[in-house]
Amino acid sequence: MNKSEKSTKHFDVGTWLIPIIAVLVAGLIAAVLMHLQGANPLIAYSSLFGKAFGSFSGFGETLGKSTPLVLSGLAVTIGLRAGLFNIGAQGQLLSGALAAAWAGYALEGLPGYIHVPIALLIGALFGSLIGAIAGALKAYRGVHEVITTIMLNSIVMGVADYLASHQLREQSQILTRTPEILPSAKLPIFFNLPFGFAIAVALALFSWWVLARTTSGFRLETVGRSRFAAWYAGISVKGTILSAMAISGAIAGLGGAIETLGITHRYAPAFNLGLGFDGITIALLGRVHPLGIIPGAILIGGMRAGAANMQFDAGVAPELVDVLVALILFFVTAPLVTRFFKSGSHKQLTGGWGAK
Amino acid sequence: MKSLINRRNMYLLFGAAVVAFFYSRDGLVTTSIFSTATSFALPLALAAMVGIMCERTGIVNIGIEGTMLLSAFVAFFVSSLTNNILFGFACAILTGAWIGLLLAVMSVSWSMDQIIAGIIINILATGLTSFFYVQGRTIPGAFPEIAIPLLSRLPFFGQFLFTHGAITYFGILIIITLYFALYHTPWGLRSRAVGEHPSAADTAGVSVKRLRYLNVAIAGAIGGVAGSFLSLELVGSFERGFIAGKGFTALALMIFGRWNPLGAMAAAMFFGLAQAGANQLMIAQTMDIPSQFVGILPYVMTIVILTISAGKVRPPAASGQPYEKGKE
Amino acid sequence: MSALLEVTGLTKTFPGVIACDDISMKVAAGEIVALLGENGAGKSTLLKAVFGLIKPDKGEIKINGIPITFGDTAGIIAQGVGMVHQHFQLVEVMSVTENIILGDEPKRGVFINKKRARDEVLALSQRYGLAVDPDAIVEDLSIGVQQRVEILKALRKEVKLLILDEPTAVLTPMEIDELLEVIRALAKSGVGVVLITHKLREVMAIADRVVVLRAGKVVGTTSPKETDEGQLAQMMVGREVVLRVNRTEASKGAAVLTVKGLQVRDDRKTLTVKGIDFEVHAGEILGIAGVEGNGQRELVEAICGMRHRESGEVIVNGVPTPDLRPYAVHMAGISHIPEDREKHGLIGSYSIADNLILNQFDQSPFAKGWIRNLSQVLKNGVNLVEKFDIRTPSPSNLANSLSGGNKQKVVVARELSQSLEVLIAAQPTRGVDVGSIEFIHNQLIAARDRGSAILLVSAELDEILSLSDRIAVMSNGKIVAIVDSNGADREYIGRLMAGLDK
Repeated sequence: MNKSEKSTKHFDVGTWLIPIIAVLVAGLIAAVLMHLQGANPLIAYSSLFGKAFGSFSGFGETLGKSTPLVLSGLAVTIGLRAGLFNIGAQGQLLSGALAAAWAGYALEGLPGYIHVPIALLIGALFGSLIGAIAGALKAYRGVHEVITTIMLNSIVMGVADYLASHQLREQSQILTRTPEILPSAKLPIFFNLPFGFAIAVALALFSWWVLARTTSGFRLETVGRSRFAAWYAGISVKGTILSAMAISGAIAGLGGAIETLGITHRYAPAFNLGLGFDGITIALLGRVHPLGIIPGAILIGGMRAGAANMQFDAGVAPELVDVLVALILFFVTAPLVTRFFKSGSHKQLTGGWGAK
Repeated sequence: MKSLINRRNMYLLFGAAVVAFFYSRDGLVTTSIFSTATSFALPLALAAMVGIMCERTGIVNIGIEGTMLLSAFVAFFVSSLTNNILFGFACAILTGAWIGLLLAVMSVSWSMDQIIAGIIINILATGLTSFFYVQGRTIPGAFPEIAIPLLSRLPFFGQFLFTHGAITYFGILIIITLYFALYHTPWGLRSRAVGEHPSAADTAGVSVKRLRYLNVAIAGAIGGVAGSFLSLELVGSFERGFIAGKGFTALALMIFGRWNPLGAMAAAMFFGLAQAGANQLMIAQTMDIPSQFVGILPYVMTIVILTISAGKVRPPAASGQPYEKGKE
Repeated sequence: MSALLEVTGLTKTFPGVIACDDISMKVAAGEIVALLGENGAGKSTLLKAVFGLIKPDKGEIKINGIPITFGDTAGIIAQGVGMVHQHFQLVEVMSVTENIILGDEPKRGVFINKKRARDEVLALSQRYGLAVDPDAIVEDLSIGVQQRVEILKALRKEVKLLILDEPTAVLTPMEIDELLEVIRALAKSGVGVVLITHKLREVMAIADRVVVLRAGKVVGTTSPKETDEGQLAQMMVGREVVLRVNRTEASKGAAVLTVKGLQVRDDRKTLTVKGIDFEVHAGEILGIAGVEGNGQRELVEAICGMRHRESGEVIVNGVPTPDLRPYAVHMAGISHIPEDREKHGLIGSYSIADNLILNQFDQSPFAKGWIRNLSQVLKNGVNLVEKFDIRTPSPSNLANSLSGGNKQKVVVARELSQSLEVLIAAQPTRGVDVGSIEFIHNQLIAARDRGSAILLVSAELDEILSLSDRIAVMSNGKIVAIVDSNGADREYIGRLMAGLDK
């Protein structure tokens, strides 16, 4: 009892402190790396964040970059809440992006207010399908979702690549890519602020509400915390696992669709690699909370937006952001996860491979 | 005397018959497919050894991908900077061991969720390698093929097994050594006991913590060998995202091979053959297979074999669970 | 003769419980000391401390006069201490030989000398007359043989002090006799033996001295010559807690819960509930008395649908309940206060209010369709926190923030607050402070008076005696007698519990 009391307290205190400390320490170490490379970290950081948060247009771009990050972070969060590691946000996002691109150019003659939602829904549907495959294998065959989602990432990438260079390829083009989407499918931008970001934030809010206020949310959380207690309380554990993965995939797929309709306007191979993995960092940085992920997503989105600027001003490779993200993940999880996942009756998430 | 007629020998016999059939049809192509398959299979098999060593002592290592990536990177760039591939190779092994230690700290000392610990390693490796990556560097030359005297002149087997680079031989040696070590030495007995029932090992005076640290670090070093095979022997260069999921596929091979080094090696060989065969079909244009589909073949196979073997195989009982003294 | 083992003032607390409270004891060479006590009396903790597996808060442990170091299990084994664990410390997928040589393997070069290892096991097995097949895989062996392996493992080193933790719990009478012979022979050869058990007959048959533990304390040291089994049973179950329950005569109604021919296996697949029949009537409490480990846990889990029923039926109001579907069983009218509340009863990272509606979260008034009614959940929480005297500043606090007794009150409150026909209460007051015990007892009586049929399973004989209307005594997987609690003779029940003839 003493021990758990203590850890609960730490958990509360750490809620906001740990992520902030993690970001600061990661920034410090990255500064040392830059210094070793002969660059000036101060110039690099001021350039990086100056671009991202210093101007209205820059901030618009930051929000644009943040949109798929909010959604992939949300996808990972929903999975973790159900005790599942969806590290396949990448593949789900990709399939959503490609499906939305197809819907964007192939469905002709629709007004914008119909075309956009349909394209977004089709994107979410395909993402959901990919998530559901992993969910079904987990629930009914006991196959660990970490391996299946990773494998599905590569499979989706291969299939998308194939489709973009064959059936869905833009005719009379040397480049492998789909045709541009119709104007009716493009997401509007208001005053430089992307509409997609608003959708993402609204979805985060909705997810938070579902988790906190609905019976479905309660089911999902209960399965995530104690499968045994869930069984005891009459909750279908398998059904919940399957639907959690499907929903998680749908959210990531929506992220891909928004990226297509709002920013790239078409699908081309090598489409936003790595976005899905940032989602893991963002989810843990946001303390696995649907609203907590938003600041983390904006921070990382801003770094992604300002990376090119930083290279120009300080001569630091934009991949520094990858290092930063990795370091943030390391520092935020080292103290966090030990407490969050060990506190209370929550058992270890991973009990080996064959375990159901 | 144990009977020679058992399931395993039947499989072996069947496999040999199939190979003989193909060899009789087209010896040259069959031999070349097998030789290529060995090169495809080796990094997978070595990566599976990393998984086996860790899980046999109760640690789930999902960071194999990152371990291989970072050590492939170190192998290539140290070789390039020092003009000495042996030195690069040694540094890669050390890098692997250090990553292993990092995993041990997170999972053994901090009792962290082992899946998250592995993911951290993967993301850290991706970040570091893409940041320090420099385009256009070369190495003085990859590890050359060494044809083993006499043996390499054997028909079929000569090319299949005895005409490879030094790391291939080293890797095969590691796999065989690991097999014997695991099942025939005190270290192996203790490691397996720790992975199955840590408190039984503890009460018999085996230090669970020390053995886990040791094994995860050695496993990391093997991951270093696997990574440097790719950058110093098979490809002779390094690109971002170089490992392409092999570290995860290896986990499936480990499961399919029932946590047995030879079983995992056989599974890896099967994978290698499938890939080499598909490549051959594509190159020879016997069939019109899109290159992307050949590319995703290993990933699809990974999911399929996991789905088949899940529930039928029995993982080390304590795998993935932190051990605390005196707590049952 | 100097003491082989000397424990002085050993104290160890775990969160919420004092496992060992100032325990002192001595064992000399050639002596057989029986350590007697219920589960949870502190025996296992004491043993783990002796092996350096846990660190005591206070006190000292000396082996051959030398204080032990925490964590130095290997060193302690080298001192000649061997242990046969209650939960076998055997790697099930390995062979007998591998298990026995683990930690000190005969070598040939870098390899294990498998032939020598095998010979050694055979020699050992012959020397002590404990037959085992050195090549057999442990999980294929019967429990009795597995224990032989465990004993051989302990005897392989030159053992001076052998500790046996509940060694006979799983053995057949013939195997027990054999084991006692082995123990006698060992003691004769100068080995000090600590025998942990709650089987009184064995204690009387073999021990030189008996140390009785209860709730972490040594409550008495005696010898078979000075005492008898009835007296030991009473010391063991104790009578320290003064139980004040105002209980009126039961107004017994119709049979609500009927258990017919129930057979259940435990986790090791051994049949531990060997055909049980009973009825519980509306408005009565049927208490199940028995030394722990005689099938009570499996019985309760099977009734509640949490453990597979090998055969037999659990019937509520004439309707059979389904197997392995706890929620369906609950809906059929059985509420359950589980023994392991941390695992089955509560989600520590949920609020108290959420835990109070864990199995009703989607029912009115706590949810209206898809949407949960959090104000009702909270209202219910405030209500039950007050009614059941759960000590917390707010029902919104996490369940983990509660003490053990208050956690139990949360479970009790949840199960009693629903309209219930049958209540299964398993060890409802274990680890609970005295004040809460009284409260929980009164709540059980109140539920009975409202007409519920209550099955009370407890290792505390006093609890059974003061609450029950009828008492079923369970021993070795069977109900050996059902007696009326009025005028029940505790000595008689103690003898039944101890597995003695009437």
